[in-house]
Amino acid sequence: MKLLTHNILTSHVKGVTKGYPLLIKATEVRVNEVEFNPQFVSRMIPKLEWSALVQAAEGDLPSSLIQDYENNEEFLRKVHRVLLEVEVIEGCLQCPESGREFPISRGVPNMLLNEDDS
Amino acid sequence: MSSCRRPEHMAPPEVFYNEEEAKKYSQNSRMIEIQSQMSERAVELLNLPEDQPCFLLDVGCGSGLSGDYLSEEGHVWVGMDISTAMLDVALEREVEGDLILGDMGQGMPFRPGSFDGCISISALQWLCNADKKSHSPPKRLYTFFSTLYSSLARGARAVFQIYPENSEQLELITAQAMKAGFTGGMVVDYPNSSKAKKFFLCLFAGVSGVLPKGLGSETVDRGVSNQAQFTGQRSRFKNMKGKSVKKSKDWIMEKKERRRRQGKDVRADTKYTGRQRRPRF
Repeated sequence: MKLLTHNILTSHVKGVTKGYPLLIKATEVRVNEVEFNPQFVSRMIPKLEWSALVQAAEGDLPSSLIQDYENNEEFLRKVHRVLLEVEVIEGCLQCPESGREFPISRGVPNMLLNEDDS
Repeated sequence: MSSCRRPEHMAPPEVFYNEEEAKKYSQNSRMIEIQSQMSERAVELLNLPEDQPCFLLDVGCGSGLSGDYLSEEGHVWVGMDISTAMLDVALEREVEGDLILGDMGQGMPFRPGSFDGCISISALQWLCNADKKSHSPPKRLYTFFSTLYSSLARGARAVFQIYPENSEQLELITAQAMKAGFTGGMVVDYPNSSKAKKFFLCLFAGVSGVLPKGLGSETVDRGVSNQAQFTGQRSRFKNMKGKSVKKSKDWIMEKKERRRRQGKDVRADTKYTGRQRRPRF
């Protein structure tokens, strides 16, 4: 699960109002090499929940968005690495409201709900 | 064999797509080619801005055959599927998109406005069957469409390639999609060819768009349209096989054309051709 995906994932359990952002509890993380596309990163930044991304990145990113990021290649590369290169392979995602855990196995989060969840 | 043509009648998708079936599906070169072609057409119908990598959702991504096409086009995608076996194959194939194990009928677990577009190849029909006693297909369809609607950015589209079983199923699907707030309609490619005919449900989130024309419109005979805009009318979907109703004027014109092509002697078309005769005739 890449951190870009984590940034948009939320708990969709019935009755949960604040199911975002899911807390990452990773036991295995991998960093891949992914082709850098500054246009894509630039376009995605305004759509992201920046604070959730900063929390997930654990210190690699500034806590507030810098101005004029579109032209700052160094910054875009940092964001690119966090969004698309860092991957959680094993662990789980925890709902901030209910504490329910969604396991991650082989990089695939299991978002299946039980009968009483949906 | 009808069971092969309608796998959704045999078992729920997470059971039908077990390891063996998942492997077969992904190694069949014809399947790969068809899926690739349908993905290409679906992306075309998405009408994304040119030369811009987009963030897309692939619903029912399976082993990633359609996702591979998205990656080829330079897009970043997230795929969701209910079958662990199919997702395992996708992982083995090292697809570039992120995969999620989930049930589309339970709703999309995403923040509002996350995606620039959504495609789904041969997956939606699985939602139309009640696989468990607690399942209500209309409710699951509505849950799916309403959460999908919110997951899409304003102005984004969702394109579904589907194999509708009958007109009731089509009506059920479109009704729930409309209820969820989508506009749009069906685009039918090659409506006259039972083999080549493909259905694409084209949905717009937030903005009314112009429905794209179906392919094969140059050879379309009079009276057979290949678009179906959502309307308030509850009209039956006739001619699922793509053939004209027997004995109608269209059918007569087509038959005459066919016989001309075969080189047979055919009466010239006049204003009287195919016209209703008086009962005494």
